[in-house]
Amino acid sequence: MEISKDLIAASSTPLVLAILAEQDSYGYAILQRVRELSGGRMQWTDGMLYPVLHRLERLGQVKARWEVAETGRRRKYYRITSRGQAQLAEDRQQWEAVDATLRGIWRGLSLAVSALARHPAPAAPVPQGT
Amino acid sequence: MAAPAHTVSLEDQIEQWRSYLRRRQAIHSADVAELEDHLREQVATLVDAGLATDEAFLVAVKRMGALDALSREFAREHSDRLWKQLVVVPRDAGEPQARTGTDAIVAFCIAVAAAVAIKLPALFGLSMDEDTGFYARNAALFVLPLLTGYFVWKRRLDARTAGWLAAAFFAAVVFANVYPLAPGGDTEILAVLHLPIALWLLVGIAYAGGRWGQVNGRMDFIRFSGELFIYYVLIALGGGVLIGFMALIFASIGVDIEPFFESWIVPCGAVGAVIVASWLVEAKQSVIENMAPVLTRLFTPLFAAVLVTFLGTLLWTGRGVDIQREVLIAFDLLLVVVLGLLLYSVSARDPRSPPGVFDVLQVVLVVSALSADAVALWAIAARITEFGFTPNRVAALGENAILLVNLAWSAVLYTRFLTGRGSFERLERWQTDYLPVYAAWAAVVVIVFPPVFGYI
Repeated sequence: MEISKDLIAASSTPLVLAILAEQDSYGYAILQRVRELSGGRMQWTDGMLYPVLHRLERLGQVKARWEVAETGRRRKYYRITSRGQAQLAEDRQQWEAVDATLRGIWRGLSLAVSALARHPAPAAPVPQGT
Repeated sequence: MAAPAHTVSLEDQIEQWRSYLRRRQAIHSADVAELEDHLREQVATLVDAGLATDEAFLVAVKRMGALDALSREFAREHSDRLWKQLVVVPRDAGEPQARTGTDAIVAFCIAVAAAVAIKLPALFGLSMDEDTGFYARNAALFVLPLLTGYFVWKRRLDARTAGWLAAAFFAAVVFANVYPLAPGGDTEILAVLHLPIALWLLVGIAYAGGRWGQVNGRMDFIRFSGELFIYYVLIALGGGVLIGFMALIFASIGVDIEPFFESWIVPCGAVGAVIVASWLVEAKQSVIENMAPVLTRLFTPLFAAVLVTFLGTLLWTGRGVDIQREVLIAFDLLLVVVLGLLLYSVSARDPRSPPGVFDVLQVVLVVSALSADAVALWAIAARITEFGFTPNRVAALGENAILLVNLAWSAVLYTRFLTGRGSFERLERWQTDYLPVYAAWAAVVVIVFPPVFGYI
């Protein structure tokens, strides 16, 4: 199953902020973490993460610094700020509200679906071989 | 044995990939370094998993995403960088060449149309020498609707927005001409000065296309306005040289062409140049560095020094501000200049870079301008009843209040940014959100002042 582009775009901000809330990180490691958390179901195009990070930086929700990694290369690390924490809390409330709403209707639907499965409608077309 | 050969070719491949990225104006070298680190990490992981380096490189590049899509994404986030290139990257790149061609032709035609428009009233017996009032009141209306039309066409605005803009211009025509203003009176002069400011907002809405609601869209319009002003001044200087030269060589053969260029070349050139300059700003963004920010860099320290010295002298000598009638206008102009300096340094600043010396200077400039203005206002407030409320004075006072509010809050936001308690983005948002206020006040001066003050 692949998650649609729109959903990925909408969830990218809270996801990145949450991962940075765990610990400071850099682009590649953030993507690894996303893959790990989603069991590979959230496929980001790698490059697209960076504009998201830069937007968060411009909004003051994360702070960036350059460090020399153990490989000897310069690497840009990101750290969440208090503003980012606040945004994350806000995002979380919104996502939980969406999640709760969907859960409510899923439950109702699953009852209906299982009822349908037990008594199939007679008008349902029956595939017939020729 | 194959390993060294591979590493060399990997370096070559990465070098090539980097040079492709560098060609994208929206992606700066720091971003390229960040992406490169990512790419190398990815390659290393894939090689560990058993892929050959060239395979790993291909997979890593593929995962990074198509360059066009990537640079579009960067451009969306960093529209300030892109501004130098083009306002919006065309989604289907392939026709840009043809488009700049049509663009030039359309701009030229609209410039000619503006030149014709300014001469049109002459057909109905309105001469520029005698009906100066009519021409002065309507000066902006000869050219700004056409300029707006140009952007409506260029940004492919929907019919509804275009309809609203047309209605607004129609209202402007009505208000500029229906009032029985006393010729040369205060309210007429105020209307002449304020109508272009109000109408400039309409140009902005068309210029920003669908992006007027966004901070970036309005910020691009601020950049455009500054560059347009500079281009226009340059064109006017060039035009002056041309006219002087023409007069000289025709005088040498005994032909006086002064009446011709007074009634034709100067007015037609003045309106046509607005369109041509607008087109140039759009077309040449990538060619030269933006001028307005360069000038602000140069003059911010100088203005700050002058103002600080002024305040110091004021305190040292203990002199009060000598309240002349024009003093309020002088301080209004001071605030306008300071606001301009602030606006254009904000527009050119990378919002992500940390506070620096120049930012401190900027705050010093704003705070000292506010203090100087406060001293002047204090002195005026004491004697305003004595002077009476003429339309000029009320307009000047209103403008002073509007600029004072803007600069005071800007100073607060800037200080917060300097002390690390706020982001630069807040300041940008404040400045761009404030744009309609100027237009609204200008509209009030044009529409409400004449009846209130009895058309004097």
